[in-house]
Amino acid sequence: MADPTITPELVRKHNLTLEEYARLREILGREPSYTELGIFSVMWSEHCSYKNTKPLLRTFPTRSPRVLVGAGEENAGILDIGDGLAIAFKIESHNHPSAVEPFQGAATGVGGIIRDIFTMGARPVCAMDSLRFGELSEPEVRRLFGGVVAGIAHYGNCFGIPTIGGEVYFDKSYEGNPLVNVFCLGVLRHEQIARGAAKGIGNPVFYVGPATGRDGLAGAAFASQDLTEESAEQQRGAVQVGDPFMEKLVCEACLELLATGAVAGIQDMGAAGLTCSTCETAARAGTGIEIELSRVPQRAPNMTPYEIMLSESQERMLIIVQRGREAEVQRIFEKWDLPWSEIGTVTDTGRMVVKHHGRVVADIPARQIASESPVYEREAREPGYLAAVRAFTLAGVPDTQDPGADLKALLGWPVIASKNWVYRQYDYMVRNNSLVCPGSDAAVLRLKPDSLPPLRVPEPEQPFEKYLALTTDGNAVLVYLDAYEGGKAVVVEAARNLACAGARPLGLTDNLNYANPHDPERFWQLRESVRGLAEACRALRIPVTGGNCSLYNQSPAGPIDPTPTVAMVGLIDRPEHITTQWFKDEGDAILLLGEPVNFADPLQGLGGSGYLQVVRGLKTGTPPQCDLEQAQALHEALHSLICSGRVKSAHDCSEGGLLVCLAEGCLSQNLARHTSRLIGATVDLRLAIPAAVVDRITAEYLEEQLAPGSTAASPAVDSAPGPAGAARGEPVVDAGSAAAESAPELVRLDALLFGETQSRVVITCAAEDATMMIQRARLLGVPARRLGTVGGDELAVQAAAGRWSWPVAELHELWWHSLGRAMG
Amino acid sequence: MHFAVLQFPASNCDQDAVYALRRLGHTAELVWHKVATLEQAAAVIVPGGFSYGDYLRTGAIARFSPVMQALQTFAANGGLVLGICNGFQILCEAHLLPGALVRNRSLQFRCEQIFLRTATGDSPFTCRIPADRPLRLPVAHGEGCYYADDATLTELAANHQILWQYCDARGELTDDASPNGSLRNIAGICNAQRNVAGLMPHPERACEPLLGSEDGCLIFASMIHTLERRAAGLGSPSR
Repeated sequence: MADPTITPELVRKHNLTLEEYARLREILGREPSYTELGIFSVMWSEHCSYKNTKPLLRTFPTRSPRVLVGAGEENAGILDIGDGLAIAFKIESHNHPSAVEPFQGAATGVGGIIRDIFTMGARPVCAMDSLRFGELSEPEVRRLFGGVVAGIAHYGNCFGIPTIGGEVYFDKSYEGNPLVNVFCLGVLRHEQIARGAAKGIGNPVFYVGPATGRDGLAGAAFASQDLTEESAEQQRGAVQVGDPFMEKLVCEACLELLATGAVAGIQDMGAAGLTCSTCETAARAGTGIEIELSRVPQRAPNMTPYEIMLSESQERMLIIVQRGREAEVQRIFEKWDLPWSEIGTVTDTGRMVVKHHGRVVADIPARQIASESPVYEREAREPGYLAAVRAFTLAGVPDTQDPGADLKALLGWPVIASKNWVYRQYDYMVRNNSLVCPGSDAAVLRLKPDSLPPLRVPEPEQPFEKYLALTTDGNAVLVYLDAYEGGKAVVVEAARNLACAGARPLGLTDNLNYANPHDPERFWQLRESVRGLAEACRALRIPVTGGNCSLYNQSPAGPIDPTPTVAMVGLIDRPEHITTQWFKDEGDAILLLGEPVNFADPLQGLGGSGYLQVVRGLKTGTPPQCDLEQAQALHEALHSLICSGRVKSAHDCSEGGLLVCLAEGCLSQNLARHTSRLIGATVDLRLAIPAAVVDRITAEYLEEQLAPGSTAASPAVDSAPGPAGAARGEPVVDAGSAAAESAPELVRLDALLFGETQSRVVITCAAEDATMMIQRARLLGVPARRLGTVGGDELAVQAAAGRWSWPVAELHELWWHSLGRAMG
Repeated sequence: MHFAVLQFPASNCDQDAVYALRRLGHTAELVWHKVATLEQAAAVIVPGGFSYGDYLRTGAIARFSPVMQALQTFAANGGLVLGICNGFQILCEAHLLPGALVRNRSLQFRCEQIFLRTATGDSPFTCRIPADRPLRLPVAHGEGCYYADDATLTELAANHQILWQYCDARGELTDDASPNGSLRNIAGICNAQRNVAGLMPHPERACEPLLGSEDGCLIFASMIHTLERRAAGLGSPSR
């Protein structure tokens, strides 16, 4: 079959600009062949080349003393966790395939990220998923959501990896363009780090895994364009089909093979399949590679070189073997009954040469195509909608009339409701290491000797245990409303979740999901939020070890909200420090670390809140400021308190604010099927005025008491002067009469209960420890106060405006079953 | 006591079984499915996972592995065999246990903690489990709905071959307590000779405080107790 003639139309169809085509001709010094055009189109797609995001990605901090393999060097970053052990982890998106075929799209997303991890020589030991869908009232959204969850379950469960954590948000902006980001973490010894480099001139190149078919043709290119009806239909064939059974065999065989020392380089065939793996391994090693396509196992008859090179058939690996040790490789693949073939050799030419039955079909300088892709500085312009967002005030929003109804609405909101409908479909316990399962702020995973890859000669097992905390986060509404502050908040929330589990962060991997970068307003969102992410990473000293960019997330219905998701991993020193979010014992004291309300914020934490979205139908308002120093102080203080051994529970205050946080403390301990352990709480939020105000009142009170001839003062709280914010001249509600009011009444009730002011955590401890904990937190620069007491079977709240109580069983019913009911 | 833990392609709870048994002070080794002998073992665990990808039917291909021929002999000679999850499915496919495990009635995979009532202490797998104490163990399966015809069910009940049933926290056999819709809430059974048993829940995932439950130890302790009595020339124990 003759190759098609290359025309401008054909170039456009390959998603290359005419300028990029000209550059390609310049690199080759001639017209490309059809196969070469295909190779360039995938290698220079955003998915493979990061051509629109490189300048932004460079702003992330990527170094720390723990970083053994940094961002962009290899398939995944690697961090030292002490004692000669290391972890490899990464998050990756499979958004467009999942929009077209949710089950297989999501399943192969899991397969792809697992391969990225064992390619590094690490044994994959856990997964997480970060998902975004439209609203569940839409049947199509339910189909996508159900399909994606089933696909992740299918692949992860069969492979035998616990999907131990994750998150799901539902928002109209993802209708038609769901996001499926999957994370995998693996463990290895320092000396077991494998490299994706084609080292050693003359070394044979092996292909391992199932035969190559026409499935997944040019998936990377598909992922790098807007999703339209037409493209989805055309690309239905571009979605690959996953086989987790095969992946499990390939993984075990590769780890066994790596232990022999016979492997010079290894790389999975992920996006852009054979093209990307051959080209990148040669580029990394500064060598060349020559392959013969007729030796590639093929599933379909008469496949063209173009198809073989661009296929994204799953579960395939490229392995460069030390010459003379081929027999060892063959023995291991035969043990695991895996198809393999020797398809080429490493050369010294620096070129990637592809032959088909002896005829050269591509001959390209490897380094130039892999690392000299075009880089674009896109135009950025602040989106028009932000003017209205900034102008929004609470003036036209009456305070809550029925906190109970609002609380119930929020607990039943799919974004906040229990995600048990999702995670009960995942085997989150396999491998016997899941110490904190889905349903708390962060998952906790233990590592033990059988978490490691095999050694060549089994050694007597050195017993060890390590404890990792893991979380994924990304509240995109905050990013949509303020890209910079929202970007910071994403990183800070993840770090806060780890702190609540008793961990210190080691590093993070990010998945940047955005709309079309050619739209200046969309690119501005990307640029500004990356600025926020990077600044937060620097302030909290958390390196970015790698990640993934997924642009072009827009469907005919419009662009998605800018959605950076981060997966963060932390280390817990001792098992006693592992902390969960649910309240433990009757009589325990409930403390709030952080300010109940930030009076400097005119919206008192309600901008972008779940409350405004659910109760008021408003997705607007400037989100709460994210002060990085405060955040760091909170995380450090919390860690110190947890290390004192006195903290019984810790829960991060985020979507739904303080009242939802308290409710979740009462509701979220699940013991077994249909058996949750519910416990009530009584809190008094009249005391919840800023520490600065309390301090000033106290000082004034003491002054009065000590002043000669003074009369006894009235109770301190009631005589409180204006709040700190008002004192700084910030407008608060009815600022004119602020000084005359008592402080608690200056706080809107809805803001007090449901505001999402940053950097707050609710902890519990034994009542006798409460004072010591509060003092210790304040010493560490974190406002702290007691809110109430755990116990009973109701959640009871006293505020200045009244007292309410709700049976926890009733709240639990709404929260636990909401998602299942929505899915029918 | 030495345990053999069978390893099929895509077994994935094999290491967990070895880990749990070693932690309880026993020796345990993986036995590759192409190996055709089980002579060293005092007892055999057929672990969970997705043997051969569970293609065709769960356990349907695994039963043809060479090691399964050895297992038939081992069982015929009275050796203790415990199948867990996929292992239970394989034992049913291999006709070492009656009945079959079909898709959960929810049509979804279920991973959660469940409660288990031990229906009889009269077996090598239950003799050390206190009566009337619901065990809390994890399940993680998509095809755990036990099915058998009426005659088989009647026979199982009459012979006290039903070892474990799903119950609620109070020990009641309610419909809701079952994660998969099994007939008679059956979670695990044994053969007529009482030396081969299978269950869907995972005792090997519940053998240490850090994992939230140690109830799984009771099942292994029962097997050990039986093996020790046999080694001492005593008969099979009962509760």
